[in-house]
Amino acid sequence: MISRLGPKAALVGGLIAATIGSGAVAETVRWGAPRDIVSLDPYSYGDSYTINFLNHIYEGLVRYNRDLEIEPALAESWEIVSPTTWRFRLREGVTFHNGNDFTAEDVLASLQRVSDPTSPLKGNLPAYKSAEVVDEFTIDIELTGPYPLLLNDLTNIHVFDKEWLVENNAEKPTDVSAGVEGFATFNTNGTGPFKLDSRTPEAQTILSVNEGWWDEPQHNLTRIEFQPVSSAATRVAALLSGEVDFVDSAPVQDLPRLQAAQNLKVLERTDLRTVMLGFNRRDELVAGGENPMNDLRVRQAMQLAVDMELIHDKVMRGKSRNAGTLVAPAIPGYSEELDEVVGVDVNRAKELLTEAGYPDGFEFDFVCTNESYVNEEQFCQAIASMWSRIGLKPRLDIGPTAKQTPKRANGQADVYTIGWATLPMLDTYSILIQMLHSKEGNAGVFNWGDWSYPEIDRLTQAAGVELDREKRLAMETEALKIARDEIVMMPLHQQPMAWAAAAEFEDFPQFPDNKPRLWYVTK
Amino acid sequence: MLAFLIKRSANAIFVMLSVSFIAFMIFRFVGDPVELMLNEQATQEQRDELRNRLGLDEPFIVQFGTFVSNAAQGDFGISFRNQQDVLGMIAERFPATFELVIVATLISLVAGIPMGVITAIRRQTWYAEAMQFTSIIGVSLPSFVVGIGLILIFSVWLGWMPAFGRGETVDIGWWSTGLLTHSGRMSIILPALSLSLFQITLVMRLVRAEMLEVLRSDFIKFARARGIPARAIHFRHALRNCLMPVVTMTAMQIGGLIAFALVTETVFQWPGMGLLFIQAVTFVDVPIMAAYLCIVALIFVLLNTLVDITYAMIDPRLRGAEK
Repeated sequence: MISRLGPKAALVGGLIAATIGSGAVAETVRWGAPRDIVSLDPYSYGDSYTINFLNHIYEGLVRYNRDLEIEPALAESWEIVSPTTWRFRLREGVTFHNGNDFTAEDVLASLQRVSDPTSPLKGNLPAYKSAEVVDEFTIDIELTGPYPLLLNDLTNIHVFDKEWLVENNAEKPTDVSAGVEGFATFNTNGTGPFKLDSRTPEAQTILSVNEGWWDEPQHNLTRIEFQPVSSAATRVAALLSGEVDFVDSAPVQDLPRLQAAQNLKVLERTDLRTVMLGFNRRDELVAGGENPMNDLRVRQAMQLAVDMELIHDKVMRGKSRNAGTLVAPAIPGYSEELDEVVGVDVNRAKELLTEAGYPDGFEFDFVCTNESYVNEEQFCQAIASMWSRIGLKPRLDIGPTAKQTPKRANGQADVYTIGWATLPMLDTYSILIQMLHSKEGNAGVFNWGDWSYPEIDRLTQAAGVELDREKRLAMETEALKIARDEIVMMPLHQQPMAWAAAAEFEDFPQFPDNKPRLWYVTK
Repeated sequence: MLAFLIKRSANAIFVMLSVSFIAFMIFRFVGDPVELMLNEQATQEQRDELRNRLGLDEPFIVQFGTFVSNAAQGDFGISFRNQQDVLGMIAERFPATFELVIVATLISLVAGIPMGVITAIRRQTWYAEAMQFTSIIGVSLPSFVVGIGLILIFSVWLGWMPAFGRGETVDIGWWSTGLLTHSGRMSIILPALSLSLFQITLVMRLVRAEMLEVLRSDFIKFARARGIPARAIHFRHALRNCLMPVVTMTAMQIGGLIAFALVTETVFQWPGMGLLFIQAVTFVDVPIMAAYLCIVALIFVLLNTLVDITYAMIDPRLRGAEK
């Protein structure tokens, strides 16, 4: 059963399994996941699926509650001492799974590990400068500048036990380029509600409840069996035959079948991810020639030509939510006023094209992937044919993400799809700094069309150092308004997401960020 | 004999180098691993820095040279994504794939040989015709369709066998086997069956053709004339003369099955090498893809070389004929 773990871990796992026994079968979740986690080390790879799974074992200083609001976890309280210094008061009496006590030294070691130059997760804590232990249960975090979103970032920084890291020579993250494996890749020691029993990659990862958890459990589970089943059809079959009792990625086309099953319940909602189109805004098109998309009227025409209602009804089977703005309603910075969907008006679109001087349209490259977003291939085809109606000539280019991303990132696309959920930050600032801001320095990494709106840049930078929440959100909303008026990006919809679980679960909260948090589940 | 062995080894090394070279060429078109390794918040600077540390900004020839010299020393590096030793990951998954392939091969022999004999000796009967006809389905249905169909019937409707996974496994040294536990044996049936369907047809058709050939030969006529019972003629004398090509083909096909098990492994979530490879492709995990292709090529080369050597030992004429 336990193959990749060392003999010591195998022994511990065996002991845990032996002491818990099999009397707890009733409260087991057998989770059929669309993919395996990549590693047991939360700092190994910038992969939010893995980080969320490991959140069952490890915890951060703060965490999201049922309503995705930030609440204290390993930190009990915090205050901003100076604009660049945050002081965290840590929870006392917390122990790691191996029995070690949790102290400020552990937080310091974790922050150093995650911000190490070779850490792939360094980008998850962009404003971190240094940290200082004040006393056993107090730590100061120094930032590079005033930064309002430190708490959001810290929800994803799991805390390790310093002693354990030092003992096992794992104070530094595993460096892929060095070609050496790390201890934390195969072993865990967290403070979370569950602890690791055993793991066989691609087959099964088993967690059992942590009886000594510091918090009052809201769940009644004793065991989680995490089993990746990558083929969607097999996953549905396993759920129908009762081999798994929860799947977190139920295929849209199989939902009616699952809904019809008596012993199952389907949990559906729309995701936080907003799918949108971006435009090439360089002087020339990819294939050469003057770029008509720098003219606002052309972008307006392209927006007016797309019938989102039709895509919602036919392509997305009524499960998506059409968007007027670039962030979902749950994201701070969202404004309902901006979210009014721009309707379809083919005649007006043609007029605008004529006014702009392109009565016969023009050719351009439209780059989509075939698997990044729900039914992406189909809605890209639909949009391409809707554009043909007003005389445009899109050349549709569909391929796998790994192939299309370099094209999009290197300006080899005139129009492209991209989805943004503002994860892991959960704030409008994420899309402003990463996508809408001009490409300069560390900003605008996803500004693939190479546009520049000084007013958006100014608002983004101001919001990035504004510690007053209300003022900051007002600035973010204003930037979103400019993006809407100028059609910097053209929002399409929030895509549907679906989970399915056995009917015997009493409470199974579904989160719009598509992350299962089983410590809220009761059976 | 020694010169022959040296020649064969040189050939094998050349094939391995070509395979890894072609594999490396292909990787350049799969995409950029760095885009997938870092999360949405990573800056451009961090992306460039990582690309530089991984040596991905080096010219193609330099990257290939580094890979070959490391691989020659048995070092395939660590996975970009899982951060684990690549050779270890493959070794860990090899037993699953190997057991699946062996069981599938056994099924194909146990089912294919009698079916081949029956279709040869009872040519005009309705059941021989029916077997011939259904065997066409065996070669023409894609294995993912067969897999999903088996899951639907035996897991969802009948509930006899698990839909996915390998069941419980037992470790014997570094080898993990699922054949010693009940759940492991139940789990292997469906994937092995779906993998063997094509093989059954192949074995059946081969045996049938050989049988028809042998049944026309003189010694069978003499045997009949002597009054030996038909059963003994068919199964003892005729069948034995058909088995040589069947054994050769089966041995050669094992390499093919290992390579093509990846579709079956994906459908049944069978934790073998193919599943590992498919996931590596999605994430542009170059070290795993390179190592997998090299190891599969090595298995092919080894099997072929073994077959050649065996032939050369059996048939002295081939030794001189080798170029």
